[in-house]
Formats: sequence, C-alpha cells, structure tokens
Amino acid sequence: MLRLEPRIRPSALVELATPAIAVLATILAGLVLFAALGKDPVEAVRIIFLDPLFDPYSRSEILIKSCPLILIALGLSFGFRAGIWNIGAEGQYVMGALAGGTVALAFHGAGGPWLLPLMALAGAIGGCAYALIPAFLKVRFNANEILVSLMLVYVAGLFLVAMVSGPLRNPQGFAFPESRIFDEAARLPTFGDTRVHIGIAVALLAVFVAHVVLHRHVFGYAVRLSGAAPRAAAFAGIDRNRMIYACLGLSGALAGLAGLFEVAGPIGQLQTSLPVGYGFTAIIVAFLGRLSPIGILFAGLVMGLTYIGGETAQFLLRLPAAAISVFQGMLLFFLLAFDLLTRYRITRTRSGPA
Amino acid sequence: MMELGINPVALFAGLVVAATPLLFAAIGELVVEKSGVLNLGVEGMMIMGAVTGFAVGVSTGDPGWGFVAAAGAGAALALVFGILTQFLLSNQVATGLALTLFGLGLAALIGQPYTGIRSPQMPSVFIPWLSDLPVLGRMFFRYDPVVYFGLFLALAVWFFLGRTRAGLILRAVGENHDAAHSLGYGVVRIRLAAIAFGGACAGVGGAYLSLARVPQWTEGMTAGAGWIALAIVVFSAWRPGRVVLGAWLFGGVTILQLNLQASGVAVPAYYLSMLPYLVTILVLVIISADRRRASLNAPASLGRPFHATG
Amino acid sequence: MTALLEVRGISKSYPGGVQANADVSFTVEPGEIHALLGENGAGKSTLVKIIYGLVHPDAGEMRLAGAPYHPQGPVDARRAGVTMVFQHFSLFEALTVAENISLGMEKPLRTSELASRIRKVSEDYGLALDPFRLVGDLSVGERQRVEIVRCLLQDPRLLIMDEPTSVLTPGEVAPLFATLRRLAAEGCAILYISHKLDEIRALCDRATVLRAGRVVASCTPRAETARSLAEMMIGERLVEPPDHRFEPGESRLSVRNLDLPADHPHGTTLSNITFDLRAGEVLGIAGIAGNGQEELFAVLSGERRTAPDTILIGRRPAGRLGPNARRRLGLLAAPEERLGHAAAPDLTLAENAFLAGRVRRGLDRHGFLRFGRIEAFARDIIRAFDVRTPGTDAKARALSGGNLQKFIIGREMLQEPSVLVVNQPTWGVDARAAAAIRRALRELAGRGAAVLVISQDLDELVEISDTLAVLAGGRLSPQRPAQALGAEEIGRMMGGGFASDRREPADAAS
Repeated sequence: MLRLEPRIRPSALVELATPAIAVLATILAGLVLFAALGKDPVEAVRIIFLDPLFDPYSRSEILIKSCPLILIALGLSFGFRAGIWNIGAEGQYVMGALAGGTVALAFHGAGGPWLLPLMALAGAIGGCAYALIPAFLKVRFNANEILVSLMLVYVAGLFLVAMVSGPLRNPQGFAFPESRIFDEAARLPTFGDTRVHIGIAVALLAVFVAHVVLHRHVFGYAVRLSGAAPRAAAFAGIDRNRMIYACLGLSGALAGLAGLFEVAGPIGQLQTSLPVGYGFTAIIVAFLGRLSPIGILFAGLVMGLTYIGGETAQFLLRLPAAAISVFQGMLLFFLLAFDLLTRYRITRTRSGPA
Repeated sequence: MMELGINPVALFAGLVVAATPLLFAAIGELVVEKSGVLNLGVEGMMIMGAVTGFAVGVSTGDPGWGFVAAAGAGAALALVFGILTQFLLSNQVATGLALTLFGLGLAALIGQPYTGIRSPQMPSVFIPWLSDLPVLGRMFFRYDPVVYFGLFLALAVWFFLGRTRAGLILRAVGENHDAAHSLGYGVVRIRLAAIAFGGACAGVGGAYLSLARVPQWTEGMTAGAGWIALAIVVFSAWRPGRVVLGAWLFGGVTILQLNLQASGVAVPAYYLSMLPYLVTILVLVIISADRRRASLNAPASLGRPFHATG
Repeated sequence: MTALLEVRGISKSYPGGVQANADVSFTVEPGEIHALLGENGAGKSTLVKIIYGLVHPDAGEMRLAGAPYHPQGPVDARRAGVTMVFQHFSLFEALTVAENISLGMEKPLRTSELASRIRKVSEDYGLALDPFRLVGDLSVGERQRVEIVRCLLQDPRLLIMDEPTSVLTPGEVAPLFATLRRLAAEGCAILYISHKLDEIRALCDRATVLRAGRVVASCTPRAETARSLAEMMIGERLVEPPDHRFEPGESRLSVRNLDLPADHPHGTTLSNITFDLRAGEVLGIAGIAGNGQEELFAVLSGERRTAPDTILIGRRPAGRLGPNARRRLGLLAAPEERLGHAAAPDLTLAENAFLAGRVRRGLDRHGFLRFGRIEAFARDIIRAFDVRTPGTDAKARALSGGNLQKFIIGREMLQEPSVLVVNQPTWGVDARAAAAIRRALRELAGRGAAVLVISQDLDELVEISDTLAVLAGGRLSPQRPAQALGAEEIGRMMGGGFASDRREPADAAS
C-alpha cells in the first residue's frame, strides 16, 4: 500500500524539479492530444517547443508575449501566497489599457517625453483602482473576491466596447469600434529593429524588485506568513484588511501596466480585441513559477513559447487555436498534481495487521 | 417573443427558461459544497456539458442523448478535480480555476466542427387542458421536460439533504470531516460522489444552453454562467429552495436586459449587458455583509483539505 | 471467566520513527473500570484508536470475549460492542443532538423513535438532553453527554473514554462518575484514559500505566498514593515546586469593564471583565475551555481591539492598539495553539523568531530583514531554553510539542516583557518541559514582570499563581489570593457561581 507522509524539510531538488516534470508530462499528454487531432505528434511538439527557439524573429515575439504574462503573474503571486484570490486580472488589464490609452488620446498631437511615463502611471492607477473594488467589497462587506473580481472582467470587457464605440472612437475610422492609432510619442520605444519594447525591461526590473521584497522585506514576510498561517499573521500584528488592499491593489497595478504596455507597444491603439486571456493564462504562469518571482520569469517565457509555437503550428499544421489553451490547462493540472511531491513523500507501507 | 414593451407573462416564461442552466449548475454545486468541497470549476464543467451535449444531440438527432452525454462529460471533468483535490490534496481554489481554464479550451477544441449548426428541436410538454389555460398555461405548463426536471431535481436535493440518512451523512462530512472520519464514514468516497454529481448537474446545465436556450454552439457561450451559479449558492445560504429563487432572480435580470435592449431603450446595449454581472456583485455584497449569518450557514469544512492520519 | 478485552503484543510506529506503542499487553474484565494512565505522548491515544479500529497496529493481536477482534474501522468496532467518547468530540455543531446521535449508530432509528429513546436513556442515567437542540448551542458538558448517550444507545460491552474530565467543571465530574459506576455495575467494561491521578484513584478498579509506548506497571489505584502513581507514570522522583512569595508592585495591566462581542456564531461574549495585574504577580485565570479564554487572550494580545480606556498597559490606554504597538509597550503574549497561531508550521524557527520579536529586538531596518540579528535571536532562544532542534532553519512543525512550546515561551521571555500573557502554557507538553516552563514563568515574575496565565489545568494554576480568578460564560470572577481558595470553591466559580456576587474592587486581593 502506498501512503503519504508529510515532509519535515522540503527538498530543494523536488521544488525545482516539479515544474519541469509537469512540463514534460504535459508534452507527453500533448503528443497524445496532437495524435488524436490527426497531426504528426512529434512534428507538432517540435514546431511548438523547439523551432521558435532557433528563429530570431520568434525569439523576439516570445519576449513580447511573455511581458504581460510575467507582469500580471508577479502581481497575482503575492495575493495567491497570502490566500487572496484575484482572478480578475483580465479586467484590470483592460482597465489599465483604457486609462493609459485615454491619456494617450487626450494628448493627441501634443505629446512629449513626459507622455509615456504619464500613460504608464495612468495605466497602473487604472488597473489598481479597478482591483480595489473587490478589495473594498471584501473588507467592508465580506464579499468573495474571487467571484467579484471575475464578474468585473465581463464588465470591463463591455466597458471597453462601450468606450471604443463611443467617446474614444476614431473620428476618421468609418464607425469601426476602435480608437485612433496612438501618436509616435505615445508608443513604447523598441530595441533595435525588433518589435521588442521597453516593457520587457520593466518586467525584468519588476522580477528583481519582487524577489527582494518577497524574501528580504517585511511586506514579503507578511505575505508569506499570511498564507502559511493566517492566525499567526494576526498574532504578528499583520492587518488582514490592509493585506487584502495591498495584494489586490498591487496585482491590479501590474495588470494595468501590462495592459498599457500592450496598447502602447505591439497594438498601438484601443480596440475591442484587446482582451485575449493574458489575465487568465497568467494564473497558470504564477503557479508554474511556484509563486516565486524568478520562477515566474522562466514560466512566463515557457508560456510565451507555447503561444508563439502554437501560432506557428496553427499556420503550418492547421492545429486549432484552442489546442494551445487545452495544452496550457493540462499544464496547470499536472503541476497541481505533482505539487503533492513537494509537500509529501510517497512511502510504501507494510500490509495491514496480521 | 421579444415584443416591444414588456409583456409580464412572456417575461416570466423567458425567465424560467433562462434560469434553468443556472439552476442545474447551482443545485449541483450546492451538494458539492454541502460535502465540504469548493469546486470553482463550474464554468469549465458547464461549457464541456454544452459542447458534448450539442455534439451528441446533433449526431444522434436526439437532444435526450445529448443531455445524458453532457452529464457524463461534466462528471468526468469533475472527477479530475476530485482526484486532484481528494487524493493528491491539491489546493481546491487553484484546481477549480484549472478546471475552468482547461474546460474552456477543450470545449473550444471539440466544438470547432459544430459552430453555426442548429440543434435538434426540443419538444415542449403539452398537457391537454392545463397548457391551454390563458395566462397560467403559458406561465407554467408549456416548457420542455428539462425545465421541469430541474425543478424536480431541486426538490429531490432538498429531500435528500434534509430527510434522508445519506443526506445527513453528506452534511456531516461537510460540517466536520475529522469527526465524520472518526465515526467511520468514508470522507473521500462521499466527497467524490458529491463532486461527480455536481459535475453532472453543471454538464446538464451547460447542455441546456446549447440545446435549448440558444440553441446552437458558440465558443465561450457560457459567458460566466458557471460563476454566477457559484454566486447563487452563496445567495441561497446553501438551501435548495433559495437556489431556485436565486436562479430565477438571475434569469429574470438576463431576460429583462434582453427585453430592454429589444424595446429600444436609450441605454446602449453594452451597458445593459453588464447588468447580470453587476447584479451578481450587488447580491453577493448584500448576502455576505451579515458575517455572522453567512458563517453560520456555510458548511464548516468548506474548502479545507482532508488527510486521514494513522 | 474469559476477559472481555485481551490485548497482546500490540506495536505501532509512525513515519519518522516515532514508536507510539511497543509490545503492549493488558486485559479488561467485564464490568471493570480500567484506567489507562500515562503522560502526554505515552501512547494512550494511539492504543485506544487501535482498539476502536481507527488505527491499524503493525503487530500484535486482540481478542474480544475470547473471539479474535481486528476491527478494520469504527463501524466494525461498534458492531462488536466497542464504543468511544473522544477527548475532542466527534460532534457536528450545525446538526441537532438527535442527528449527531443517529450518525454514530449502526442501526439508525426513525427520528421520533430515536428522540424518545434519547429522552429515556438520558433520564435513566441523569444526563438531561433535548434531542432537537443544535449541538453548537450546547455547553461542553452537555456535548459530552451527547457523546455518552450516543454510546449508551448501542448497548456497549466496552466503553472507551478519552480524558473525559478535562472538559468538565469539578461539579460536573461527580455525576459523570456516578453514571460510569452504574454502567459498570450493569456489566459494561470501561476503559478510562487519564493523567489525573486523584480521579483514577477514586474511580478505577485497575490501572495499566504506559510510558513511552510501553506498559511499565499494572496496579490497583486505590492501593497507591497519587505520588506513587505519578512516579510510575513519569519514571523519576518528582521535585517539589519552589515555594514562592508574592510582593506586588505597581499595576502593569489594568482591565476595566471590558465587553467584547463574540466574533463567530459559537464564540463567547466577554462581559464586564475587570482585573488588575501588578508587577511581580502571577495571575491565574481558571475555567473550562470555551468560556471566553480565546476571546480574552485575543483582546489582551491586540488581535482584537476594544475601547482604548478598557485596557491600560502601565498607565497607557491600549484597547485600540494592535499587537505590535502593545509589544512596544512591553506586553507580550503566547497563544495556546502552537502550530498555526503562536508559530507558522511551515516557516523556519528563525522566521518564527522574527514573527513576534521584530519590534522589540529591532530585527528589521526600514522594513528590510536583518538576517544576522534574526539568526542570533533564534539561537539565543534555543540555547537559553534548551530547545532540541537540528538548527534555526528547521521548520516549526518538525519540533516536538514540548520543544516548540519552549521555543515560543522563550521567544517572548527573552524580550524581557513587563507583562506576559500566556494561554495554556503546558498543554500537551511532556512533564519535564512543563516543569521547565512553569519555573521560567515564576522566575520572570520574580524579576518583576507581571504574568497572566490562562489555563484549564487547576493543579498548574494553584502551583504557580499568586492570585486566581475564574472565567465562566464570558464573565470573570473577582480576583482572589490563590492560597485562600479551595478546590470546591473554585469548582463552584467555574460553574458560574460567582455571577451573583457583588463585584468586589479589583484590589481586594492585596
């Protein structure tokens, strides 16, 4: 008989190996999935996981995809550690893009070097304020933040449509629901002749800051303690309500910033197709990175790879777009399943009593 | 049926139909939560039910088989959650989210060939005399059998939880799993059964969307209905009767906003479409504000992992 | 005549090499009240769980009335006539008495029939119970009755009782004993687990003594003294507690007319709590669990807030201050629950030292952790309080109860508090560690600190307190000199017997 036995000291090796095992298991399951879809499984895996790494253009696209994923997942990871579940990052991402984008449009034709920082600030504030709604309702009325933040995703999506169909619509745009293209002063600078924008540098900086805060600062300690033992956190003098505001506000700000980078970077305008699910994929990224900033950096890159490889596979193999979502969902399942190994050891016991 | 101006009889009939998917999903989740498990994957199980039900309904030409298949698909997906949370002790919140993300993706994948097809017709029940009644007939006696089955299921769950020994055991497991274990009840087994039941219900609810209410398959067609069902369980304070009420409330809001859109109110459609989501938030706030009452009714072991030692 | 229960060579070890039972053998005769005696961690609980089918032994065998008996689970045990009343009840607060009883029965009855049988049994044995009340609304003593009635309805041959009096007021103990004696007279054997020696001498026919998982003695309790029993249990000669003398100084903690509503449905509301704690004084707060101890602790530690003037630390109004602000004023606290409240199980000892030591020990600068100082503080605690641990990087959950408790008490004491509030300082701790903790608390008071000890162990309170008060139903009795109080009077107060007393001025004790 197999049984579970709690680990007294977690094994660092297992902690590192778990996400890698989960990725491998997902690839194996992916082989089955692709075969079931009538595609050559080995070729599909090669196209998705290997080819993009050897192509400079694809490599730069991976960075672009990873940027919002890393930023959002970093924010979410603090709350997830503390047991505060913001799953409405998608909505905060949209609201950040709207707030920052509105600033860009307001200064149409009147930009300067101050415009981008102002937009970034507006984006972060927009996302933060939107995330503070579930925080406030949780603190004041005890309303479940999971459900409220998720409902607000749908509201944000509709609000975006309302804005780009109404006040923010491009006056020269033949009634299409989209804004003007942003001025050059409102576009993120890029590295060399690639499309890789400054946002990825900000994401890297955020990873570094988050790592320091989590492991060396009282706030990070408070987050870890709140998740590990809520009553001990109260005993340590950590105010649960402030924690809720801080975690939701922080994740909202980062999601908002990610949204702004997306519209001021690769997209260049506000449009209804802005929400593509980064806010949800970032949940997977956060867990794949084991809620640690460095882990999230790598997880974001892996997830960016599956997006880019998936797009190529769609094009080359006519693989359905949804196959990549399935793939990402499976990854999270395997991750949660193997996570058991970090907390428990599996031991074989002697058979029952004689 | 979208007349200009709002006809209360049609509104009620529309409400009952719109409420049915929510009713199924919420009543199933209620049983799951009563056993002490929080499954946030309702949305994913619903959409899997929607696509499976539609695919089987279309290929057999019989919506009945569609519903059966949807229940199976919902239960199968729920059991993935069950195995992860009950045997591998994964975090219930994270696993529920994973279930939703995975379900949405898999449903989109399966559903691709079915986009744009109409489903086979669902026959309405016709009760001689009663269905012909002028107002009452339309309000109560002209629905398809699934609507009645949903109401029957709510009644059956009420009876099961409150009046049977198995229901008592299920509640006991949700209330205090350690005590239930020490009395010799199989906590994990009971919870797995509840989780599978919840999945089957969510699957049927999803299939009702694609086979009866809409009726066709579109990607992401549940549009948050699974999450609203979770909110209805909170609203109901874990009482089956109030689940019906909650489902009708949200069905009513949905129908009302559609009617308002159709009646050409000056408010743009996207603002009206926000209504069900905003009402959900409002209801959550009102119900949760009384902390003491909220915590008195909630199953005490809700969401806590159980690992038998010894 | 064959023995009712015969246990032969039972052994059980847990992962991590803990040997809970080693080659345990004993017998219980029909109609006998048999004590299983041993200190915390001696293996009593594991042994009875094996008899009740909850734990499967690694080796050994059991016979019930001569027939092989190997229950695969509690259901098997109950079918064979073996029932058990748990120390931590296996009850469901949101269900009624009748539903709770029904859940523990093999052949469930219809509700009406069950209700009438509950009434009959409870009348027969003097255990008043209303079948339709919610268990969550019952007192602890009433809850125990529910468990006992549940057992009685199944016509048991063997009734196991795990530390039944630990939750009762002294006044409730006598009726329980009467019930048990009557049951035994009717032929039901009782396996009675306890570490309270007087009770065992008063009640039990025979005793089996366990130490470190092994049977070390078997005796007739009435023929022994409490002291000789204790020495069998602990295995060494007991040291007399030092005599202490109380010289009260100025008031360090004053609580005035404190009211605090319950914050969860089954919590206790504190009303009109008033007391004074002076420098050099150890104040013991006695009372049965669930009478407001958690709430009182939380409002003193700062985890719950109240009106500023109801709590004064020194002369500073502190009711509205949080835990860290109170720590700065010199009030430190050690909660009852070690894992999850006093310490985070999955954090290291160093991180747990930081948890409560940050503000007074200056363990951070501008919010950044000073790892060197944290490490040094944790090492100081480990050294000063003889905490057995592989190092400061061990997780709190890896320590034994006694070692972790020494770490927690040490963490607060090394910060030289002017007021220390501790809740159940020696609960579930082995005798040696418990004695060390009590001695340290006395020494702290000797150095001029004010110490408040909340405990359910009366012997402990009488041993270490200068003054005593009793918490019952969320109200606090007047504070009295400990020596002046007899067990009978404390018992009366635990039952709420002071509620009608005129409130004496708080300094009556001096």
